[in-house]
Amino acid sequence: MADNESLGNIGGRTLSKPPTPGDIFFDKSFRFLTRAFTWATIFLLAFIVYKIGGEALPAFSDLGINFLFTSAWDSSEDLYGLLPQIWGTLYSSFLALILGGFFGITIAIFITQDFLPYQIEITLKNIIELLAAIPSVVYGLWGIYVLVPLIRPFANFLHEYLGWIPFFSTRLSGLGLLPAALVLSIMILPTVAAISQDAFKAIPQKTKEAAFGMGTTRWEAILLVLLPTASGGIFGALVLGFGRALGETMALAMLIGSMSTVTLSVLSPADTIAALLANTFPEADRGLETGALMYAACVLLLITLLVNIAGAVIVAKTTQGGDKR
Amino acid sequence: MSQTGLEHPKLERQPMEPRALKSIILSAITIVCAITACIPLFSVLIMLFYRGGKRLTFQLFYTLPPGAFDSAGVGGFGNAILGTAFMVGIAGLISVPFGILAAIYLAELDPYSKISEIARFCAKTMTGLPSIIAGVFAYAIVVLVMGHYSAWAGGIALSLLMIPTVMLTAEEAIKMVPNPMREAAYGMGCTPAQSLIKVILPVAMPGIITGVVLAVARAAGETAPLLFTALFSESWLSPNDPTASLAVLIYNWSSSPYENLIELAWAASLILVVLVFILNILSRTIGGKIKR
Repeated sequence: MADNESLGNIGGRTLSKPPTPGDIFFDKSFRFLTRAFTWATIFLLAFIVYKIGGEALPAFSDLGINFLFTSAWDSSEDLYGLLPQIWGTLYSSFLALILGGFFGITIAIFITQDFLPYQIEITLKNIIELLAAIPSVVYGLWGIYVLVPLIRPFANFLHEYLGWIPFFSTRLSGLGLLPAALVLSIMILPTVAAISQDAFKAIPQKTKEAAFGMGTTRWEAILLVLLPTASGGIFGALVLGFGRALGETMALAMLIGSMSTVTLSVLSPADTIAALLANTFPEADRGLETGALMYAACVLLLITLLVNIAGAVIVAKTTQGGDKR
Repeated sequence: MSQTGLEHPKLERQPMEPRALKSIILSAITIVCAITACIPLFSVLIMLFYRGGKRLTFQLFYTLPPGAFDSAGVGGFGNAILGTAFMVGIAGLISVPFGILAAIYLAELDPYSKISEIARFCAKTMTGLPSIIAGVFAYAIVVLVMGHYSAWAGGIALSLLMIPTVMLTAEEAIKMVPNPMREAAYGMGCTPAQSLIKVILPVAMPGIITGVVLAVARAAGETAPLLFTALFSESWLSPNDPTASLAVLIYNWSSSPYENLIELAWAASLILVVLVFILNILSRTIGGKIKR
């Protein structure tokens, strides 16, 4: 009797039984459902590209490829050109990448290379991750009322004494590329730092020990051995950070000053595709202007998809290599 | 000067030796960089408490936005708080089942098939989708079809940003479930669906919830997808009309000429950031429990 109970046999009935037809039906439909949603993920991304492409098509046939190389945005004349916005998007992201990339990689080194006691290391890591949690519209507000007044004297000093350099050829009248790129670099720093940390952690401990065994100082080991070994992952981190900067909208819409000019000066106002969409779309006429904006959205979508896919492939390739070693 | 005539280097650390000096200088630069990177976070937080804290009263939560000429200190944004909660709620109702069901397939039912590979790749690509594109897409499929701006369109736009986060974190969480548990469930004669619902999902639940909470925190702060789907409104929530949200409120009022509205924008930012931080810490505590 005791034996039977331990086998789940209670009063002649067993607890285990074959699945009923109901169970089998439920199982089949549940599995079908999960499969359907997996397909839906693929379908969703394809549909986004298809739908935005479709909305852009009328404008594409009206404005043609010239849209990408002219620089007017005038809804009363129905003249549209995206060159300044494309330039602004790439330029501001590039500036942000230089700054955010440098800080991000430095912090990744600082966190992973045993500079700090464990407790402080974790605290610093959390602070950097919280930077990414602050909504971009809050950075925009902070940029307008804190950052711009703070950097304006410094920016005008640069213009006065170094105005002959094209980068400082205009005055900072308030909003402009410099505050926008600064905020953008703060926003991509956590992305770059996090992925670079993974790249450093993927290096086998022995590589570092071998370097130290050869008698290197800490920084010789970092610069000559660890950084080259992690370079693939770090490059991927920079590409993904760049992708994030390209699509960032609100902070730029609030800080860049929205002016359709192609300029090298970091103190001048400019515009980006995302900022153009945010600022113009709600009030656009439902005719060619909306079409032109859809065309612009399509261009932005394609650029960011390409950059993000490239970044993901690089990161995947390099981490795979790390596992095999 | 050794007796044997062999020179040997000094074995103590020589701080002024060029190599050691270089190392010390680089370490100092790194520390300065790390401290500099922390400044923005603290500056944002201090300014939020300084400027937003002044206006933080209970009145904010149950009153409507003030008119332009109302005296200072009047008005609030109860409708925007409600609007944000409502739209994030819709986004959650869409994205949580979507994400978890797809994650089950990816992690458990058919992890190595071609379609799983492609779906995973699509989800990863979608995490990098610019948020404004989600807004443009929702505008095209909801606003243009319905003919007017609505909270539904805003919720759908936000759900596009939540789906990949929920899906990828849920997939990781399900993969972390120890194999013996699966085997025990199958050994008892469970069908795959039964073992998933009764054994695997409950074990993976803390990880799944972490992902959902992070996705909600991100969606609550998103502005760009709402700009031309939900728009903004000065009145209480009605899902078929333009709807206010905290994020769009901050954007609209940040460049306002009226000091009263700017103060309210700071207060709204404070509430939004505190909410997002609480959600982040919550997801960390839930996530921390899994590892133990």
